[in-house]
Formats: sequence, C-alpha cells, structure tokens
Amino acid sequence: MKILVAVKRVIDYNVQVRVKEDGTGVVTENVKMSTNPPDDNAIEEAVKIKESGKVKEVIAVTVGEDKAQETVRKALAVGADRGIHVKVDGIIEPLAVSKILQKIVDKEKPDLIFMGKQAIDDDCNQTGQMLAALLNYPQATFASKVEVKEKSLEVIREVDEGLETIEVNIPAIVTCDLRLNEPRYASLPNIMKAKKKPLEQINASDLGVDIKPRIEQIKVEEPPKRKAGIKVASVAELVQKLKNEAKVI
Amino acid sequence: MSVLLIAEHNNKEIKPFTLNTITAASQIDQDLHVLVIGHSCEAVAKSISEVPNVKKVIHLDDAIYENYLAENFTPAVIKNSENYSHIVCSANTFGKNLMPRIAALLDTSQVSDIIKVISADTFLRPIYAGNAFATVKSTDTKKCITIRPTSFDPAPSSGGSAEIVKAEKAEATTLTKFIKREEVKSDRPELGTARVVISGGRGMGSGDNFKLITAIADKLNAAIGASRAAVDAGYITNDHQVGQTGKVVVPDLYIAVGISGAIQHLAGMKESKIIVAINKDGEAPIFSVADYGLEADLFEALPQFLEELNKLNTIQK
Repeated sequence: MKILVAVKRVIDYNVQVRVKEDGTGVVTENVKMSTNPPDDNAIEEAVKIKESGKVKEVIAVTVGEDKAQETVRKALAVGADRGIHVKVDGIIEPLAVSKILQKIVDKEKPDLIFMGKQAIDDDCNQTGQMLAALLNYPQATFASKVEVKEKSLEVIREVDEGLETIEVNIPAIVTCDLRLNEPRYASLPNIMKAKKKPLEQINASDLGVDIKPRIEQIKVEEPPKRKAGIKVASVAELVQKLKNEAKVI
Repeated sequence: MSVLLIAEHNNKEIKPFTLNTITAASQIDQDLHVLVIGHSCEAVAKSISEVPNVKKVIHLDDAIYENYLAENFTPAVIKNSENYSHIVCSANTFGKNLMPRIAALLDTSQVSDIIKVISADTFLRPIYAGNAFATVKSTDTKKCITIRPTSFDPAPSSGGSAEIVKAEKAEATTLTKFIKREEVKSDRPELGTARVVISGGRGMGSGDNFKLITAIADKLNAAIGASRAAVDAGYITNDHQVGQTGKVVVPDLYIAVGISGAIQHLAGMKESKIIVAINKDGEAPIFSVADYGLEADLFEALPQFLEELNKLNTIQK
C-alpha cells in the first residue's frame, strides 16, 4: 500500500498575525512559517502505519510557491520516502488544490490520502472533502483514531456531539484532527538524510487544470478590538461587578 | 435567485443552530427553501415548515439518511439543487463535512464560515483564527456557503406554514459504513447556545478538579467548555473544546479558568459579550481579552466564587 500525504505551508501557529495597512492581506514578510499543524498529524499517522509494516511508501505532496518545499522536506525528515512539489504562485483556493491533487492521485495511485482537517491560515476546511468528491472516494474527516484493516479503515471522528465511528473502503481520504497522534520531531541526522530523498517538482500549469481563483478578496481588515478590561482584586468584587455592572448573573 | 438550506437535525428535532442559519440564509434571499434529509424525520420537516422565513420544505426520507453520511447526502442535495443560486448550511462539523463534497461536484469554490451577509455574492468571514476579517465576493453562478451560526440571531420558530414536498431518495453509497456514535448526554445547556459558559484549561490539573467548575456551572445554569490543552490532557471529552478547531461560542458571559489564552482558544470565544479570566499568571494572554480579570489561584478562587454566588438573592438563568 501507498499513502499520499498533502501538507501546506502556513504562518506558524504561535505568530500573532498582523493585517496589512492597505487591506490586501496579512503580513507574511519576515514571519515564521511552518507546516500546518494538523498536516503534521497526517504525516505522523502515515509514517506510523508504514512502521507497522502495512504500507510500503509514504509520499508527501504540497501545492504552493517555491518555499512550500520546506514543508515537504520536513515531512521527508520525519519519515516520508519521497516528495512532490506542485509549484503555483499567488492565492490558490481549496477547489483548485483538490483538482491538482486529483491529478497527482491519478498518477501515483495511492491507497490512502491523508491531510490535516483544516489549514490554520484560511480556515476553509474544504480540500479533503473536495478531493474525495472529485475522486468519488469515501471521506473520513476530523479523524482522531485510524485503524487499518485489510480493505478498509475504521476511523473515529470528532464531531460536535462527541465521537463517531465509521468504516470506509480503501481507497479513502482521511482528514486528521490534532488529537490523532503526537507528531515526532525531526532529528538532525534525519534532516540531513531528507536532503537526499527525491523531491519532484511539477508546474501546476502543466497539469491542465483550471486553478483561477473564483473568489475575489475585496479587503482584509482587523477585527473590532475589545475595549480594555479591568483587573479585580477579589472574588467578591468580581461577583459584584458581574451582578451590578455587567448584569449578566 | 433562491436559496436552498440543508437542515441540521437528529431525525427527531431540528438542531437549534438551524434557526440561526435560516436567519443568515434569508438575508441572502427571501426565497428560502429548506431541504430536510433524514430517516423518519417527519416531525423535523413539520417544525421547519412552521418557521415563518421558510417558503418551502423539501423532505427526503429514507433509512440510508439516518446517520448523515456525506457520501449519501451529497447526491441527494445535488439532485435537488438545480433551481437554486445558493446552497447553504451551518459551519459546524455537519456542514463542514458535507458542503465541500457538494461544492466540488458543482465545480463551485465554497465560501466557508461566513459571519455577515453583505450582499447576495459578498460575505464577511474570519481568517487566521479570527485575527483578520476578509470581505470576499464569490463569482461562481451557483454558490456554496457555510454559515457560522453564532454570528446570527435565531429565526422565530413558529407562525409559518410552508408547503412540504416529498422528494425521491438518491443513490446510496457502498463506500462508507456508519458504525456508532458516542454522544455525551447532558442536562446542561448546549455549549454552542448557552447564555453562560464556564471553561477550564490545563491549569485545572486533572479531570477530577473539573468538579469545581461543574459546581459553578450548576449554579449559573452554564455550559462547560474547555481549552484544547485540557481535552488533550484527557481531563474532559472533545465535545467541550472551544477554539479554532473546536466550537465557537458567543455567550453573554464566558468564564475562562486556568486557561492561558492561546490564539487558537481566543478564536472560539473572544466575541463573547462579557469575558472573565481567572488565572494565577498575571501575564497570561487571556487577560488581554477579559473584561474582568482575577489574578488568583483557581483552587482558592473557585470555591469562593461558589460561596459568593450562594450569597446572592437571585441569579439570572
């Protein structure tokens, strides 16, 4: 079996994002970038399944500008076998990413496709489900546990009501929740070794898919600021304020 | 133009958030039809037909729809989508799972998690965990949109009498099998719609210590929330998680206890009307969004809090 894992380069989750003054987006210059956090869980799960002997190869793929390769290199450093970078400049929407990934799936024919459930930059939560639709594959979204069976996966999903268990036939798409596993760190020797692993580069324009944005971003602005609050000295004062000033209890 | 809304329900009742989503949908266009897909869910179709904003209810009823599998719902929605300019549903795990599958097959670039309808094609949505708001315009002829329910008021639920039309089921999937759902039953108000929410974080130290929070929640008729750290640590189940990848809550009063206030948590609660933070670290980022901050050890503060509440003659429920 073969697993394809899709990873995305995003602003690091610890960075306080700042909106550009001209309203065209957020500041990305000189800002720390990392792999989208749940994509790390997707890689970890794929590598764990490989280590269990059920899978022969793990391929990491990313869609983005040149620097997006860093996320593939990181995936290679924690255990993926080879990488694919589909180069594209500018904004790319989840629908376009899923069309690109469909082309990669047609070529690589993986049995399983893993990715994070949501990217923490655009917060769209779409790509996995869209790819599943285009391929007519089953989708196991928001996965917090994955068990590989002979011809299927049993997946526990985190839903608003609690937990849901489903069984999906292979080939399948799994979108990973942060609680799926604990992603490992890349060791220095493995980072060095990853530099020698194969990383294929493909131009999105050579794949023959329509990736033009369909959504115009008119402006990006800061959300309204909360007015500064106060510190209270005691619990008694807190309860009095909530009762008499805020009138919420 | 007309809008098709996919109702979220549990086959017995509509989920309260469906009413908030109805408000947003009718701001897009008054000609709002609701698709009720489920199993033995006549009561749901009937109650939606009584919502005054709804002009028509389309009801698909079959055993294959009992567990809301996206693989079964998608062909059913697409079969009924032809006459609509907008297909919408709520942006919780139900809609997040379902809508992109529909959008991709309609070749539409979905607009996720809108918090404001600016016009029929232009919407406001949060990005970067709510640290920026983007105004976006969809250029697709058929638009697929998910709606953040807490950003809209619930629509009135009675007084209407829309016609209910039965529709044929679509093809059934053989790819996915539902096995089970572990729902956490609780007598408390639902986290997403509660007037008061009290949440615990890593500072709680153990699942057992959440009883300090439970006691106050009982007193205030509050829902119980948690930070991701508390859920990861196993103190409490995932359905309590508030944040970027959990639930978004907008209560009148949000009390954050032992929560440092990571960006990801703030994304789920910073629109609350009044925020209280109780934390022993005076530098914790949670204080930057709190209306009332109490720098104190929660193990002393929570019992005192309960005691002070007990002294009050009346408490709003």
